Amino acid sequence: MSVVQALVAGRWVAVWRRNYLVWRKLAAVSIAGNIIDPLFYLLGFGLGFATMIPEVEGVKYIAFLAGGTICYTTMLAASFEALYSGFARMHVQRTWEGIMNAPVSLEDVVLAEWIWAASKSLLSGTAILLVAIALGLSQSWTMALIVPLAFLIGLSFAGMGLVMTAFAKSYDFFTYWFTLVLTPQMLLCGVFFPISGLPGWVQAIASSLPLTHAIAIGRPLFLGQWPDSALLHAGVLAAYGFGGFAIALTLFRRRLLA
Amino acid sequence: MDGVLEARGVRKSYEGREVVAGIDLALAKGECYGLLGPNGAGKTTTLRMLLGLTAPDAGTISLLGHPVPQAAREGRIRVGVVPQMDNLDPDFTVSENLLVYGRYFGIPEKEVRARLPRLLEFAALESRANSRIQALSGGMKRRLVLARALVNDPDLIFLDEPTTGLDPQARHLMWERLRLLLRQGKTILLTTHFMDEAERLCDRLAIIDHGRMLAEGTPHALIAEHIEPEVVEVYGEGVEEWYAAQAKILAVRAELHGETAFCYLKDAAPVVANLKDHSSLRFLHRRANLEDLFLKLTGREMRE
Repeated sequence: MSVVQALVAGRWVAVWRRNYLVWRKLAAVSIAGNIIDPLFYLLGFGLGFATMIPEVEGVKYIAFLAGGTICYTTMLAASFEALYSGFARMHVQRTWEGIMNAPVSLEDVVLAEWIWAASKSLLSGTAILLVAIALGLSQSWTMALIVPLAFLIGLSFAGMGLVMTAFAKSYDFFTYWFTLVLTPQMLLCGVFFPISGLPGWVQAIASSLPLTHAIAIGRPLFLGQWPDSALLHAGVLAAYGFGGFAIALTLFRRRLLA
Repeated sequence: MDGVLEARGVRKSYEGREVVAGIDLALAKGECYGLLGPNGAGKTTTLRMLLGLTAPDAGTISLLGHPVPQAAREGRIRVGVVPQMDNLDPDFTVSENLLVYGRYFGIPEKEVRARLPRLLEFAALESRANSRIQALSGGMKRRLVLARALVNDPDLIFLDEPTTGLDPQARHLMWERLRLLLRQGKTILLTTHFMDEAERLCDRLAIIDHGRMLAEGTPHALIAEHIEPEVVEVYGEGVEEWYAAQAKILAVRAELHGETAFCYLKDAAPVVANLKDHSSLRFLHRRANLEDLFLKLTGREMRE
Protein backbone atom coordinates (compact mmCIF):
# COMPACT_ATOMS: atom_id res chain seq x y z
CA MET A 1 0.00 0.00 0.00
CA SER A 2 1.31 3.40 -0.86
CA VAL A 3 2.29 5.91 1.77
CA VAL A 4 -0.06 8.49 0.24
CA GLN A 5 -2.99 6.10 0.73
CA ALA A 6 -1.87 5.50 4.32
CA LEU A 7 -1.64 9.24 4.92
CA VAL A 8 -5.17 9.79 3.58
CA ALA A 9 -6.65 6.76 5.37
CA GLY A 10 -5.53 8.35 8.64
CA ARG A 11 -4.97 5.21 10.69
CA TRP A 12 -1.56 6.70 11.56
CA VAL A 13 -3.36 9.31 13.69
CA ALA A 14 -4.14 6.77 16.44
CA VAL A 15 -0.46 5.80 16.57
CA TRP A 16 0.65 9.45 16.55
CA ARG A 17 -1.80 10.11 19.33
CA ARG A 18 -0.39 7.26 21.41
CA ASN A 19 3.04 8.90 21.27
CA TYR A 20 1.55 12.30 22.01
CA LEU A 21 -0.27 10.94 25.10
CA VAL A 22 2.94 9.44 26.45
CA TRP A 23 4.75 12.74 25.84
CA ARG A 24 1.96 14.66 27.57
CA LYS A 25 2.48 12.64 30.75
CA LEU A 26 6.03 13.93 30.97
CA ALA A 27 5.46 17.19 29.14
CA ALA A 28 6.66 19.46 31.94
CA VAL A 29 10.01 17.66 32.22
CA SER A 30 10.30 17.40 28.47
CA ILE A 31 9.62 21.09 27.81
CA ALA A 32 11.96 22.13 30.61
CA GLY A 33 14.68 20.02 28.96
CA ASN A 34 13.86 21.54 25.59
CA ILE A 35 14.31 25.02 26.99
CA ILE A 36 17.09 24.67 29.56
CA ASP A 37 19.68 22.99 27.35
CA PRO A 38 19.61 25.51 24.49
CA LEU A 39 19.19 28.31 27.00
CA PHE A 40 22.55 27.39 28.56
CA TYR A 41 24.15 27.44 25.13
CA LEU A 42 22.58 30.77 24.30
CA LEU A 43 23.54 32.47 27.53
CA GLY A 44 26.91 30.72 27.89
CA PHE A 45 28.20 31.24 24.37
CA GLY A 46 26.10 34.28 23.63
CA LEU A 47 27.18 36.31 26.61
CA GLY A 48 30.67 34.81 26.76
CA PHE A 49 31.58 35.45 23.13
CA ALA A 50 29.76 38.77 23.10
CA THR A 51 32.77 40.34 24.83
CA MET A 52 35.03 39.27 21.93
CA ILE A 53 32.51 39.35 19.08
CA PRO A 54 30.11 42.22 19.58
CA GLU A 55 28.45 41.80 16.17
CA VAL A 56 28.23 39.22 13.41
CA GLU A 57 26.80 40.09 10.00
CA GLY A 58 25.41 43.28 11.44
CA VAL A 59 23.52 41.80 14.43
CA LYS A 60 24.41 41.17 18.06
CA TYR A 61 26.20 37.83 18.45
CA ILE A 62 23.57 36.41 20.82
CA ALA A 63 20.81 37.15 18.29
CA PHE A 64 22.92 35.58 15.53
CA LEU A 65 23.44 32.53 17.73
CA ALA A 66 19.75 32.25 18.63
CA GLY A 67 18.73 31.73 14.98
CA GLY A 68 21.19 28.85 14.66
CA THR A 69 20.39 27.37 18.06
CA ILE A 70 16.70 27.10 17.27
CA CYS A 71 17.51 25.09 14.12
CA TYR A 72 19.94 22.70 15.76
CA THR A 73 17.63 22.18 18.75
CA THR A 74 14.87 21.08 16.38
CA MET A 75 17.39 18.83 14.59
CA LEU A 76 18.26 17.12 17.87
CA ALA A 77 14.64 16.80 19.00
CA ALA A 78 13.60 14.86 15.89
CA SER A 79 16.79 12.80 15.93
CA PHE A 80 16.42 11.66 19.54
CA GLU A 81 12.78 10.78 18.92
CA ALA A 82 13.35 8.85 15.68
CA LEU A 83 16.42 7.00 16.96
CA TYR A 84 16.20 6.32 20.69
CA SER A 85 12.46 6.54 21.30
CA GLY A 86 11.61 4.96 17.95
CA PHE A 87 13.95 2.04 18.64
CA ALA A 88 12.43 1.61 22.10
CA ARG A 89 8.95 1.37 20.59
CA MET A 90 9.98 -0.87 17.71
CA HIS A 91 12.38 -3.23 19.44
CA VAL A 92 12.64 -2.91 23.21
CA GLN A 93 8.96 -2.50 24.15
CA ARG A 94 7.57 -4.21 21.02
CA THR A 95 4.95 -1.49 20.82
CA TRP A 96 4.88 -1.66 17.02
CA GLU A 97 4.24 -5.40 17.13
CA GLY A 98 1.21 -4.84 19.35
CA ILE A 99 -0.11 -2.12 17.06
CA MET A 100 0.35 -4.22 13.92
CA ASN A 101 -1.70 -7.03 15.43
CA ALA A 102 -4.58 -4.56 15.18
CA PRO A 103 -5.79 -3.50 11.71
CA VAL A 104 -2.88 -1.09 11.33
CA SER A 105 -0.12 -1.61 8.77
CA LEU A 106 3.62 -1.02 9.02
CA GLU A 107 3.20 1.97 6.67
CA ASP A 108 0.76 3.53 9.14
CA VAL A 109 3.17 2.97 12.04
CA VAL A 110 6.29 4.33 10.35
CA LEU A 111 4.37 7.30 8.97
CA ALA A 112 3.12 8.06 12.48
CA GLU A 113 6.66 7.84 13.90
CA TRP A 114 7.96 10.20 11.22
CA ILE A 115 5.24 12.79 11.75
CA TRP A 116 5.48 12.45 15.52
CA ALA A 117 9.26 13.06 15.52
CA ALA A 118 8.66 16.17 13.40
CA SER A 119 5.97 17.21 15.87
CA LYS A 120 8.57 16.96 18.65
CA SER A 121 10.76 19.34 16.59
CA LEU A 122 7.86 21.71 16.31
CA LEU A 123 7.29 21.61 20.08
CA SER A 124 10.99 22.10 20.84
CA GLY A 125 11.41 24.82 18.25
CA THR A 126 8.39 26.70 19.56
CA ALA A 127 9.61 26.43 23.15
CA ILE A 128 13.06 27.85 22.42
CA LEU A 129 11.52 30.49 20.16
CA LEU A 130 9.40 31.70 23.07
CA VAL A 131 12.53 31.86 25.24
CA ALA A 132 14.32 33.92 22.60
CA ILE A 133 11.34 36.27 22.48
CA ALA A 134 11.29 36.52 26.26
CA LEU A 135 14.99 37.40 26.23
CA GLY A 136 14.14 40.16 23.77
CA LEU A 137 16.50 38.84 21.10
CA SER A 138 14.11 39.60 18.26
CA GLN A 139 10.62 40.95 17.77
CA SER A 140 9.98 40.40 14.11
CA TRP A 141 6.73 38.77 12.92
CA THR A 142 8.68 36.59 10.46
CA MET A 143 9.68 34.52 13.50
CA ALA A 144 6.25 32.90 13.38
CA LEU A 145 7.32 31.10 10.20
CA ILE A 146 9.96 29.27 12.22
CA VAL A 147 7.15 27.10 13.65
CA PRO A 148 6.36 25.37 10.32
CA LEU A 149 10.08 25.41 9.49
CA ALA A 150 10.77 23.46 12.70
CA PHE A 151 8.31 20.81 11.48
CA LEU A 152 10.09 20.59 8.12
CA ILE A 153 13.50 20.32 9.81
CA GLY A 154 11.98 17.57 11.94
CA LEU A 155 10.73 15.66 8.89
CA SER A 156 14.17 15.98 7.33
CA PHE A 157 16.19 14.65 10.27
CA ALA A 158 13.58 12.12 11.41
CA GLY A 159 13.43 10.67 7.87
CA MET A 160 17.18 10.11 7.91
CA GLY A 161 17.18 9.03 11.55
CA LEU A 162 14.61 6.30 10.91
CA VAL A 163 17.08 4.72 8.46
CA MET A 164 19.47 4.31 11.40
CA THR A 165 16.68 2.90 13.56
CA ALA A 166 15.85 0.34 10.87
CA PHE A 167 19.46 -0.88 10.95
CA ALA A 168 20.02 -0.71 14.71
CA LYS A 169 20.69 -3.78 16.84
CA SER A 170 21.05 -1.75 20.06
CA TYR A 171 21.10 1.82 21.32
CA ASP A 172 24.92 1.92 21.09
CA PHE A 173 24.68 2.06 17.31
CA PHE A 174 23.18 5.55 17.49
CA THR A 175 26.39 7.03 18.90
CA TYR A 176 27.81 6.85 15.35
CA TRP A 177 24.96 8.92 13.99
CA PHE A 178 25.34 11.57 16.66
CA THR A 179 29.15 11.83 16.64
CA LEU A 180 29.75 11.35 12.92
CA VAL A 181 26.70 13.04 11.40
CA LEU A 182 24.93 15.41 13.77
CA THR A 183 27.78 16.91 15.82
CA PRO A 184 29.80 17.82 12.68
CA GLN A 185 26.71 19.58 11.33
CA MET A 186 26.35 21.53 14.54
CA LEU A 187 29.97 22.69 14.15
CA LEU A 188 30.13 23.18 10.36
CA CYS A 189 26.70 24.39 9.32
CA GLY A 190 26.77 27.88 10.81
CA VAL A 191 25.16 27.54 14.25
CA PHE A 192 28.01 29.36 16.04
CA PHE A 193 29.68 31.29 13.20
CA PRO A 194 28.91 32.17 9.58
CA ILE A 195 30.08 29.51 7.13
CA SER A 196 31.25 32.26 4.78
CA GLY A 197 34.43 32.51 6.88
CA LEU A 198 35.34 28.83 6.42
CA PRO A 199 37.78 27.49 3.77
CA GLY A 200 36.18 26.84 0.37
CA TRP A 201 36.22 23.05 0.60
CA VAL A 202 34.61 23.12 4.04
CA GLN A 203 31.92 25.44 2.69
CA ALA A 204 31.34 22.97 -0.14
CA ILE A 205 30.78 20.15 2.36
CA ALA A 206 28.63 22.35 4.58
CA SER A 207 26.40 23.39 1.70
CA SER A 208 25.52 19.74 1.07
CA LEU A 209 24.34 19.21 4.64
CA PRO A 210 20.71 19.71 5.67
CA LEU A 211 21.37 21.81 8.78
CA THR A 212 23.04 24.47 6.61
CA HIS A 213 19.83 24.77 4.63
CA ALA A 214 17.74 24.85 7.79
CA ILE A 215 19.80 27.74 9.14
CA ALA A 216 19.74 29.51 5.78
CA ILE A 217 15.98 29.85 6.26
CA GLY A 218 15.70 29.97 10.05
CA ARG A 219 18.26 32.64 10.89
CA PRO A 220 16.94 35.35 8.54
CA LEU A 221 13.37 34.61 9.66
CA PHE A 222 14.43 35.01 13.27
CA LEU A 223 16.15 38.31 12.52
CA GLY A 224 13.19 39.68 10.56
CA GLN A 225 14.63 39.24 7.07
CA TRP A 226 13.24 37.29 4.15
CA PRO A 227 15.61 34.38 3.37
CA ASP A 228 17.24 34.14 -0.07
CA SER A 229 16.26 31.08 -2.13
CA ALA A 230 13.96 29.86 0.67
CA LEU A 231 12.23 27.37 -1.62
CA LEU A 232 15.52 25.85 -2.72
CA HIS A 233 16.64 25.37 0.88
CA ALA A 234 13.27 23.96 1.88
CA GLY A 235 13.46 21.64 -1.13
CA VAL A 236 16.82 20.25 0.06
CA LEU A 237 15.39 19.64 3.55
CA ALA A 238 12.35 17.92 2.06
CA ALA A 239 14.52 15.80 -0.25
CA TYR A 240 16.59 14.53 2.69
CA GLY A 241 13.46 13.87 4.70
CA PHE A 242 11.38 12.12 2.03
CA GLY A 243 14.40 10.23 0.68
CA GLY A 244 15.30 9.03 4.17
CA PHE A 245 11.72 8.02 4.92
CA ALA A 246 11.41 6.02 1.69
CA ILE A 247 14.65 4.13 2.40
CA ALA A 248 13.68 3.60 6.06
CA LEU A 249 10.29 2.17 5.10
CA THR A 250 11.90 -0.33 2.73
CA LEU A 251 14.34 -1.37 5.46
CA PHE A 252 11.60 -1.68 8.10
CA ARG A 253 9.59 -3.90 5.74
CA ARG A 254 12.60 -6.14 5.31
CA ARG A 255 13.30 -6.22 9.02
CA LEU A 256 9.79 -6.65 10.41
CA LEU A 257 7.65 -8.28 7.72
CA ALA A 258 10.08 -10.87 6.34
CA MET B 1 -13.32 -20.28 1.48
CA ASP B 2 -15.82 -18.96 4.00
CA GLY B 3 -14.72 -20.60 7.26
CA VAL B 4 -13.32 -18.75 10.26
CA LEU B 5 -9.75 -19.49 9.29
CA GLU B 6 -8.41 -21.67 6.49
CA ALA B 7 -4.89 -22.38 5.32
CA ARG B 8 -3.86 -24.60 2.42
CA GLY B 9 -0.32 -25.65 1.59
CA VAL B 10 1.31 -22.78 3.42
CA ARG B 11 5.11 -22.70 3.19
CA LYS B 12 7.87 -20.35 4.27
CA SER B 13 11.64 -20.51 3.94
CA TYR B 14 14.32 -18.32 5.46
CA GLU B 15 17.71 -18.37 3.74
CA GLY B 16 17.04 -21.71 2.11
CA ARG B 17 15.78 -23.36 5.30
CA GLU B 18 12.13 -24.36 5.20
CA VAL B 19 10.60 -23.20 8.51
CA VAL B 20 7.02 -23.98 7.53
CA ALA B 21 6.79 -26.87 5.09
CA GLY B 22 3.13 -27.22 4.18
CA ILE B 23 0.50 -26.37 6.79
CA ASP B 24 -3.18 -27.14 6.14
CA LEU B 25 -5.82 -26.26 8.65
CA ALA B 26 -9.43 -25.17 8.84
CA LEU B 27 -11.07 -23.86 12.00
CA ALA B 28 -14.79 -24.23 12.62
CA LYS B 29 -16.66 -21.50 14.43
CA GLY B 30 -16.54 -21.85 18.20
CA GLU B 31 -13.78 -24.43 18.43
CA CYS B 32 -10.46 -24.26 20.17
CA TYR B 33 -7.67 -25.44 17.91
CA GLY B 34 -4.17 -26.03 19.24
CA LEU B 35 -0.82 -25.99 17.47
CA LEU B 36 1.58 -28.11 19.52
CA GLY B 37 5.24 -28.27 18.77
CA PRO B 38 8.67 -28.00 20.33
CA ASN B 39 10.57 -24.71 20.25
CA GLY B 40 11.50 -23.81 16.69
CA ALA B 41 8.80 -26.05 15.15
CA GLY B 42 7.38 -23.15 13.14
CA LYS B 43 4.42 -22.26 15.37
CA THR B 44 5.03 -18.52 15.65
CA THR B 45 5.94 -18.16 11.95
CA THR B 46 2.68 -19.94 11.12
CA LEU B 47 0.70 -17.53 13.30
CA ARG B 48 2.44 -14.53 11.70
CA MET B 49 1.51 -15.78 8.25
CA LEU B 50 -2.10 -16.44 9.26
CA LEU B 51 -2.32 -12.85 10.54
CA GLY B 52 -0.76 -11.45 7.36
CA LEU B 53 2.37 -10.12 9.07
CA THR B 54 4.64 -12.33 6.99
CA ALA B 55 3.94 -13.30 3.39
CA PRO B 56 4.00 -17.07 2.73
CA ASP B 57 6.16 -18.36 -0.13
CA ALA B 58 3.31 -20.65 -1.22
CA GLY B 59 -0.23 -21.55 -0.24
CA THR B 60 -3.50 -19.73 0.39
CA ILE B 61 -4.90 -18.29 3.60
CA SER B 62 -8.36 -16.94 4.38
CA LEU B 63 -8.87 -15.02 7.62
CA LEU B 64 -12.57 -14.52 8.44
CA GLY B 65 -13.27 -14.61 4.71
CA HIS B 66 -10.51 -12.17 3.73
CA PRO B 67 -7.62 -13.34 1.56
CA VAL B 68 -4.29 -13.05 3.38
CA PRO B 69 -1.91 -11.28 3.07
CA GLN B 70 -3.73 -9.12 0.44
CA ALA B 71 -6.63 -8.13 2.71
CA ALA B 72 -5.12 -9.16 6.07
CA ARG B 73 -5.80 -5.75 7.56
CA GLU B 74 -9.55 -6.12 6.91
CA GLY B 75 -9.42 -9.61 8.43
CA ARG B 76 -7.70 -8.37 11.58
CA ILE B 77 -10.57 -5.98 12.34
CA ARG B 78 -12.43 -8.97 13.87
CA VAL B 79 -9.37 -10.73 15.34
CA GLY B 80 -7.73 -10.50 18.76
CA VAL B 81 -4.09 -11.42 19.35
CA VAL B 82 -2.27 -12.43 22.53
CA PRO B 83 1.42 -12.46 21.57
CA GLN B 84 4.05 -14.71 23.10
CA MET B 85 5.88 -11.81 24.75
CA ASP B 86 3.93 -9.14 26.58
CA ASN B 87 3.99 -5.89 24.66
CA LEU B 88 1.81 -3.76 26.89
CA ASP B 89 2.54 -0.06 26.83
CA PRO B 90 4.68 0.58 29.93
CA ASP B 91 3.99 4.32 29.81
CA PHE B 92 0.24 3.83 30.31
CA THR B 93 -1.97 2.55 33.10
CA VAL B 94 -4.13 -0.56 32.79
CA SER B 95 -7.19 1.41 31.56
CA GLU B 96 -5.12 3.59 29.25
CA ASN B 97 -3.66 0.50 27.62
CA LEU B 98 -7.16 -0.65 26.71
CA LEU B 99 -8.31 2.81 25.57
CA VAL B 100 -5.26 3.40 23.39
CA TYR B 101 -5.51 -0.06 21.87
CA GLY B 102 -9.17 0.44 21.01
CA ARG B 103 -8.21 3.44 18.85
CA TYR B 104 -6.09 1.23 16.61
CA PHE B 105 -9.34 -0.46 15.60
CA GLY B 106 -11.00 2.86 14.95
CA ILE B 107 -13.51 2.24 17.75
CA PRO B 108 -14.93 5.50 19.11
CA GLU B 109 -13.51 6.34 22.53
CA LYS B 110 -16.99 6.46 24.07
CA GLU B 111 -17.62 2.87 23.06
CA VAL B 112 -14.28 1.63 24.45
CA ARG B 113 -14.96 3.49 27.70
CA ALA B 114 -18.33 1.77 27.92
CA ARG B 115 -16.66 -1.65 27.46
CA LEU B 116 -13.92 -0.87 29.97
CA PRO B 117 -15.61 -2.13 33.18
CA ARG B 118 -16.46 -5.47 31.59
CA LEU B 119 -12.97 -5.91 30.18
CA LEU B 120 -11.41 -5.13 33.56
CA GLU B 121 -13.79 -7.53 35.27
CA PHE B 122 -12.95 -10.23 32.73
CA ALA B 123 -9.24 -9.73 33.43
CA ALA B 124 -9.92 -9.67 37.22
CA LEU B 125 -8.22 -6.26 37.30
CA GLU B 126 -11.12 -4.06 38.50
CA SER B 127 -9.07 -2.76 41.41
CA ARG B 128 -6.05 -2.14 39.19
CA ALA B 129 -7.61 0.17 36.58
CA ASN B 130 -5.19 2.98 37.36
CA SER B 131 -2.12 0.88 38.15
CA ARG B 132 1.04 1.21 36.15
CA ILE B 133 2.03 -1.84 34.12
CA GLN B 134 5.28 -2.29 36.07
CA ALA B 135 3.23 -2.83 39.23
CA LEU B 136 1.39 -5.86 37.80
CA SER B 137 2.34 -9.51 38.33
CA GLY B 138 3.05 -11.79 35.38
CA GLY B 139 -0.43 -13.29 35.55
CA MET B 140 -2.09 -9.86 35.69
CA LYS B 141 -0.11 -8.68 32.67
CA ARG B 142 -1.11 -11.78 30.74
CA ARG B 143 -4.79 -11.27 31.58
CA LEU B 144 -4.54 -7.62 30.58
CA VAL B 145 -3.05 -8.64 27.23
CA LEU B 146 -6.02 -11.00 26.85
CA ALA B 147 -8.48 -8.22 27.75
CA ARG B 148 -6.71 -5.96 25.26
CA ALA B 149 -7.20 -8.63 22.58
CA LEU B 150 -10.95 -8.49 23.32
CA VAL B 151 -11.27 -4.71 23.01
CA ASN B 152 -12.73 -5.08 19.48
CA ASP B 153 -15.05 -7.96 20.48
CA PRO B 154 -13.28 -10.34 18.06
CA ASP B 155 -14.72 -13.48 16.47
CA LEU B 156 -11.35 -15.20 16.38
CA ILE B 157 -8.57 -15.04 18.99
CA PHE B 158 -4.94 -15.99 18.43
CA LEU B 159 -2.97 -16.96 21.52
CA ASP B 160 0.76 -17.61 21.25
CA GLU B 161 1.82 -19.62 24.32
CA PRO B 162 -0.68 -17.88 26.60
CA THR B 163 0.50 -19.33 29.92
CA THR B 164 4.25 -19.66 29.49
CA GLY B 165 5.98 -18.34 32.59
CA LEU B 166 2.86 -18.24 34.80
CA ASP B 167 2.45 -19.91 38.18
CA PRO B 168 -0.22 -22.64 38.57
CA GLN B 169 -2.85 -20.30 40.05
CA ALA B 170 -2.43 -17.79 37.25
CA ARG B 171 -2.57 -20.56 34.62
CA HIS B 172 -5.83 -21.95 35.98
CA LEU B 173 -7.42 -18.49 36.00
CA MET B 174 -6.26 -17.96 32.41
CA TRP B 175 -7.72 -21.33 31.33
CA GLU B 176 -11.01 -20.52 33.04
CA ARG B 177 -11.21 -17.24 31.10
CA LEU B 178 -10.43 -18.96 27.81
CA ARG B 179 -13.19 -21.52 28.42
CA LEU B 180 -15.54 -18.64 29.14
CA LEU B 181 -14.69 -17.13 25.76
CA LEU B 182 -15.33 -20.47 24.06
CA ARG B 183 -18.73 -20.64 25.74
CA GLN B 184 -19.48 -17.20 24.31
CA GLY B 185 -18.92 -18.68 20.87
CA LYS B 186 -15.46 -17.26 20.13
CA THR B 187 -13.07 -19.30 18.04
CA ILE B 188 -9.57 -19.78 19.45
CA LEU B 189 -6.29 -20.72 17.82
CA LEU B 190 -3.55 -21.30 20.36
CA THR B 191 0.01 -22.49 20.31
CA THR B 192 1.48 -24.22 23.32
CA HIS B 193 4.06 -26.72 24.41
CA PHE B 194 2.15 -27.55 27.57
CA MET B 195 0.33 -30.83 27.07
CA ASP B 196 -2.05 -30.35 29.98
CA GLU B 197 -3.06 -26.99 28.52
CA ALA B 198 -3.77 -28.53 25.13
CA GLU B 199 -5.62 -31.47 26.67
CA ARG B 200 -7.83 -29.19 28.79
CA LEU B 201 -8.67 -26.56 26.22
CA CYS B 202 -8.41 -27.89 22.69
CA ASP B 203 -11.25 -29.49 20.79
CA ARG B 204 -8.77 -30.37 18.08
CA LEU B 205 -5.06 -30.02 17.80
CA ALA B 206 -2.19 -30.50 15.41
CA ILE B 207 1.27 -31.61 16.39
CA ILE B 208 3.85 -29.84 14.26
CA ASP B 209 7.59 -30.19 14.03
CA HIS B 210 10.12 -28.95 11.50
CA GLY B 211 7.28 -26.99 9.91
CA ARG B 212 5.19 -30.08 9.14
CA MET B 213 1.93 -31.32 10.63
CA LEU B 214 2.64 -34.76 12.06
CA ALA B 215 -0.87 -35.52 13.32
CA GLU B 216 -4.22 -33.79 13.67
CA GLY B 217 -7.41 -34.65 15.55
CA THR B 218 -9.13 -34.57 18.93
CA PRO B 219 -6.75 -35.19 21.85
CA HIS B 220 -8.37 -38.54 22.78
CA ALA B 221 -8.54 -39.84 19.24
CA LEU B 222 -4.89 -38.93 18.65
CA ILE B 223 -3.75 -40.73 21.80
CA ALA B 224 -5.84 -43.79 20.96
CA GLU B 225 -4.54 -43.84 17.42
CA HIS B 226 -0.82 -43.51 18.13
CA ILE B 227 -0.16 -44.71 21.69
CA GLU B 228 -0.78 -47.84 23.75
CA PRO B 229 -3.37 -47.00 26.45
CA GLU B 230 -1.22 -47.64 29.53
CA VAL B 231 2.23 -46.44 30.58
CA VAL B 232 4.55 -47.61 33.34
CA GLU B 233 7.52 -45.38 34.16
CA VAL B 234 10.26 -47.24 35.99
CA TYR B 235 13.21 -45.66 37.79
CA GLY B 236 15.65 -46.34 40.60
CA GLU B 237 18.73 -48.46 41.29
CA GLY B 238 19.36 -51.04 38.53
CA VAL B 239 16.82 -49.72 36.05
CA GLU B 240 19.24 -50.18 33.13
CA GLU B 241 19.66 -53.90 33.91
CA TRP B 242 15.93 -54.38 34.36
CA TYR B 243 15.24 -52.54 31.09
CA ALA B 244 17.73 -54.71 29.18
CA ALA B 245 16.48 -57.99 30.67
CA GLN B 246 12.72 -57.50 31.15
CA ALA B 247 11.18 -54.38 29.65
CA LYS B 248 11.49 -55.33 26.02
CA ILE B 249 9.85 -58.68 26.65
CA LEU B 250 6.99 -57.42 28.80
CA ALA B 251 6.01 -54.19 27.02
CA VAL B 252 4.63 -53.60 23.53
CA ARG B 253 7.08 -50.74 23.27
CA ALA B 254 9.78 -49.63 25.73
CA GLU B 255 12.28 -46.79 25.81
CA LEU B 256 15.08 -45.88 28.19
CA HIS B 257 15.72 -42.18 28.64
CA GLY B 258 18.25 -41.02 31.18
CA GLU B 259 17.37 -42.93 34.35
CA THR B 260 13.78 -43.77 33.47
CA ALA B 261 12.37 -46.67 31.48
CA PHE B 262 9.06 -46.00 29.73
CA CYS B 263 6.91 -49.06 29.05
CA TYR B 264 3.89 -48.69 26.78
CA LEU B 265 1.31 -51.47 26.96
CA LYS B 266 -2.31 -52.50 26.46
CA ASP B 267 -2.38 -54.08 29.93
CA ALA B 268 0.10 -53.07 32.60
CA ALA B 269 -0.60 -55.96 35.00
CA PRO B 270 2.36 -58.24 33.96
CA VAL B 271 4.88 -55.37 34.29
CA VAL B 272 3.47 -54.27 37.63
CA ALA B 273 3.62 -57.88 38.89
CA ASN B 274 7.19 -58.23 37.66
CA LEU B 275 8.24 -55.01 39.37
CA LYS B 276 7.05 -56.35 42.76
CA ASP B 277 10.06 -58.69 42.58
CA HIS B 278 12.50 -55.79 42.13
CA SER B 279 12.45 -53.91 45.41
CA SER B 280 15.11 -51.37 44.37
CA LEU B 281 12.94 -50.11 41.50
CA ARG B 282 10.13 -47.65 41.83
CA PHE B 283 7.42 -47.12 39.27
CA LEU B 284 4.48 -44.99 38.20
CA HIS B 285 1.54 -46.62 36.44
CA ARG B 286 -0.69 -44.21 34.51
CA ARG B 287 -2.85 -43.79 31.42
CA ALA B 288 -1.20 -42.65 28.21
CA ASN B 289 -1.47 -38.90 27.70
CA LEU B 290 -0.76 -36.25 25.13
CA GLU B 291 2.83 -35.90 26.28
CA ASP B 292 3.53 -39.54 25.37
CA LEU B 293 2.09 -38.88 21.94
CA PHE B 294 4.04 -35.64 21.57
CA LEU B 295 7.33 -37.27 22.54
CA LYS B 296 6.68 -40.24 20.27
CA LEU B 297 6.08 -37.99 17.29
CA THR B 298 8.69 -35.28 17.91
CA GLY B 299 11.41 -37.31 19.63
CA ARG B 300 13.16 -36.72 22.91
CA GLU B 301 16.21 -34.73 21.86
CA MET B 302 16.52 -31.31 23.44
CA ARG B 303 15.50 -28.33 21.30
CA GLU B 304 17.22 -25.04 21.85
